[in-house]
Amino acid sequence: MVAGCKTAPPPDYTNFRAHHPKSVLVLPPLNQSTAVEATYGYLSTVTLPLAEMGYYVFPVAVIDHFLKENGMPTAGEMHQAPLEKVREIIGADAVLYVTVEQYGTKYQVVNSATVVQAKARLVDVKTGLVLWEGVGVAVESSGGSGSIIGDLIAAAITQAINTSTDRAHKVAIMANANLFTTPKRGLLYGPRHPKFGAPQ
Amino acid sequence: MRMKKLGGLLCLGALVLFTGCATPTIYSWGRYEGLVYTMYAAPDKATAEMQVIKMEEDFQKARAKNKPVHPGFHAHLGYLYFQLGKADEARRAFETEKANFPESAVLMDRMLASLQKP
Repeated sequence: MVAGCKTAPPPDYTNFRAHHPKSVLVLPPLNQSTAVEATYGYLSTVTLPLAEMGYYVFPVAVIDHFLKENGMPTAGEMHQAPLEKVREIIGADAVLYVTVEQYGTKYQVVNSATVVQAKARLVDVKTGLVLWEGVGVAVESSGGSGSIIGDLIAAAITQAINTSTDRAHKVAIMANANLFTTPKRGLLYGPRHPKFGAPQ
Repeated sequence: MRMKKLGGLLCLGALVLFTGCATPTIYSWGRYEGLVYTMYAAPDKATAEMQVIKMEEDFQKARAKNKPVHPGFHAHLGYLYFQLGKADEARRAFETEKANFPESAVLMDRMLASLQKP
């Protein structure tokens, strides 16, 4: 059901298997949404799913502070950090670059829908090879007809007039689950997962 | 065109339904991700002092359940102690992170070295 949603071919895991990382550095996401809080609202949802898939995930807030103190005040500058520096200073095997594309709630008279969409790219620090790319999206609707599909259709045609930070944060958690764990499109299990090496 | 859009929306609905069941199994998470969220969204509700209290409570709960704490737990805690000027507690936390997760060694050694500075 879920696999039928996307038309792109399944990702090629050749590079991923050849350079399987043990540790992942998650940088604060770039924000292409209209919500200023998206970067940190999203950042706080990434550690759990990645670590539960078997990877060591560097502490996201510590990294954010550390990079800010070392001359990189924004996510944009952090995403430009040279990989050899990442390896030397942090010792990460791979970097996860996330871009938040949608983050917020669309309202109309009787209902609303909160949408979060993000794309992510996992890059090998030693070689610069892209190991994996994916897109995650989740929608939560409330009010209206009581039918999720009906609400989605209604909400999708309304304009965004407001955002609800906490709701978007909860929906980001679902978007991540889709991004990382969708069969045949998500990440391979990492070395700390009991299913490491098994087909994803 | 209309059908294509509708198909996309149906898929979004399927994704919403699909996600309710993922339950973490490897680690104890306590309130970590909520604290990280709050420290950016409402910093006065997650000061370093408040976070330390909650994380130490969560650590005791994890120990009682005999479940390991997640990657970054002790590194985050150590950084909070460092911000509060508690160098001994910070050192212990960074060393614990490094022992639990050798993947963190380069960063933890850097944090430990910064504690040596006057």
